Amino acid sequence: MRYLVRRLGHAFFLLAGASVLAFLFTALAPGTYFDEMRLNPQIAPETVAALRAQYGVDKPLPLRYASWLNSVLHGDMGFSFAYNGPVAPLLVVRARNTLLLTITSTLFAWAIALPLGVWSAERLGRLSDRLLSWGTAVLLVIPDLALALGLLIVAVRSGSFPTGGMASVDFETLSPANKLRDLALHMILPVTALVLSTLPLLVRHVRASVADVLDAPFLLAALGHGIPKRTLLYRYALPAAANPLISLFGFSIGVLLSGSLLIEVVMSWPGLGPLLLEAILARDLYVVIGGMLFSTFFLVGGNLFADMLLYWADPRIRAESNAR
Amino acid sequence: MRVRRVLTRWLVTLGVLHGIVGFAGFFAPYDPVEQDRKSPYLPPMRFHLIDGQGHFHARPFVYALKLREGSFDRYVENTTEPQPVRFFMKGARYRLLGFLPCRRHLFGLENTRIYLLGTDAYGRDQLSRLLFGGQVSLLAGLLGAGITLSIGLCIGAVAGSFGGWRDSLLMRLAELFMALPWLYVLFAIRAFLPLAVSPLRAFFLIITVIGIVGWARPARLVRGVVLSAKERDFVRAARGFGATHGYLFRRHILPETSSVLLTQAAILIPQYVLAEMTLSFLGLGVPEPVPSWGNLLSSLQQYSVLVSYWWIYLPALAMVPFFLGYLGLASSLQERGAAYKIESRIWGI
Repeated sequence: MRYLVRRLGHAFFLLAGASVLAFLFTALAPGTYFDEMRLNPQIAPETVAALRAQYGVDKPLPLRYASWLNSVLHGDMGFSFAYNGPVAPLLVVRARNTLLLTITSTLFAWAIALPLGVWSAERLGRLSDRLLSWGTAVLLVIPDLALALGLLIVAVRSGSFPTGGMASVDFETLSPANKLRDLALHMILPVTALVLSTLPLLVRHVRASVADVLDAPFLLAALGHGIPKRTLLYRYALPAAANPLISLFGFSIGVLLSGSLLIEVVMSWPGLGPLLLEAILARDLYVVIGGMLFSTFFLVGGNLFADMLLYWADPRIRAESNAR
Repeated sequence: MRVRRVLTRWLVTLGVLHGIVGFAGFFAPYDPVEQDRKSPYLPPMRFHLIDGQGHFHARPFVYALKLREGSFDRYVENTTEPQPVRFFMKGARYRLLGFLPCRRHLFGLENTRIYLLGTDAYGRDQLSRLLFGGQVSLLAGLLGAGITLSIGLCIGAVAGSFGGWRDSLLMRLAELFMALPWLYVLFAIRAFLPLAVSPLRAFFLIITVIGIVGWARPARLVRGVVLSAKERDFVRAARGFGATHGYLFRRHILPETSSVLLTQAAILIPQYVLAEMTLSFLGLGVPEPVPSWGNLLSSLQQYSVLVSYWWIYLPALAMVPFFLGYLGLASSLQERGAAYKIESRIWGI
């Protein structure tokens, strides 16, 4: 248990550190949201000054950080100038959409990568393995951007998928089953792009770590006992190779989050990505900070999940942490 | 021996690719910002060897494109007049490698203009923009990686050689930076910097940001190398003979880090090129009219362009060989440096 408590403490430290860093970054900013107003002749300078005072943008950094922390505790996470309301509700809706995309893609990517990697490791060095390695290498070097745009072009030309957004225009009028179908149709394109962008990384790692254990004497012994090949691979080899893969799981969430930022913008999926981009262009300070912290939260959460998985899967870690 | 041969092969490949981009002025037929307002969204021209009458020409030729009747963006080949391609001909002025004034281009046409990758909305040659854009994007990657590695080297060396509270503080900070979702941090920092700036300032701004954000991983790797190098027998011996800290670092510890730094460079450069592309694509990086690989593609964000003008997408595919080259280089460097126990997470973001 001590292991998990330590990991939890570490995760909390990371989140707190990220928020401090985000505020330090804001010190770089040459202007605020209200600077553009000053150029507008219809807004009196006194109004701008009053707004600046009201939102406290002139206060020193530590004070602003303190009041922001206070607002986090109240569930607001600061105030969005552009949307004229608290940031948290804004972000939660968008984060839900991003999470929907990321979790689905994670599941699909791993569901494809595990059998493919094991299959490839089993026939290490043969033609089919070499072909797959080349395939993953090529897929690995195609930039996410090129992948997403290419998929979009194919989709637009074929006309068989919806190519943007998250729901059709008549979404509200559909029956629940059709709503689900509509959502799934809209998810096909972004999820495909995300899966294709992470798949090569995962397949290569699964292949490498399974190939590492495949020579182990205990597997030879199991083979000698007449245990069928499939059981051998999935019941014996894969768990032994799981340790680095679980760490990779946490890491792959980071890759997916960064990837989804871009893919959401390209495919106009209403997630954190487009919101963040808008906020950057509008200098909406707290939305940017909030977006960064939300994604950090997901990443740290994913890594924490991986840690728990590791604790559950690897007896060595359990024994080590209980012995202390 | 085999590793070495593979390594050389990748290095040569990358050298050739970078050479083409470096000498963009020579390989590109036109200036990247030169507009040809009469032919917007011209599709790519094709090389021909056999003309309409079935005659064979030893010199490849293209047909000029003209607007189809009753259309504003559909072109047909003017098959009556083959335009033979001339090689090493004089054309627009440019500066080779940025300083040598030159007029020779690898190829061109005498009477009309040649567009092998089509043109964009302003009738600018996509091939020229791709080549010159490569200069911007690749330079951003190289300089960004340079910044990251120098910061990483300094911080890693300080953490490794001093130890104690400095070490713990720096490594906690590194952990923090590595735990942050990289692209989001890049965006957040970019958000707080001025948006509307001149292309040159924007370029230096984003390479600085990209370079600074990634310092953590190289710093940790360098620290590891420094820690292990400090305990090597020959280093202890040198210390016993009265070598100073500075001498030890320069003579014995720094060379040990070179392998790690090289591998990191091969991983970081393409990653940073991609980062520059992403920022420019979203309009946060190098602005028009200066071409970069990112803003070449940004017009694809308009639905009409995406639907009608597929050749705008071609530059995206032209970049793939570069990334393949760097991937190959990184993995063969890693194979070579396996003895140094370099972290095997390649392509990390």
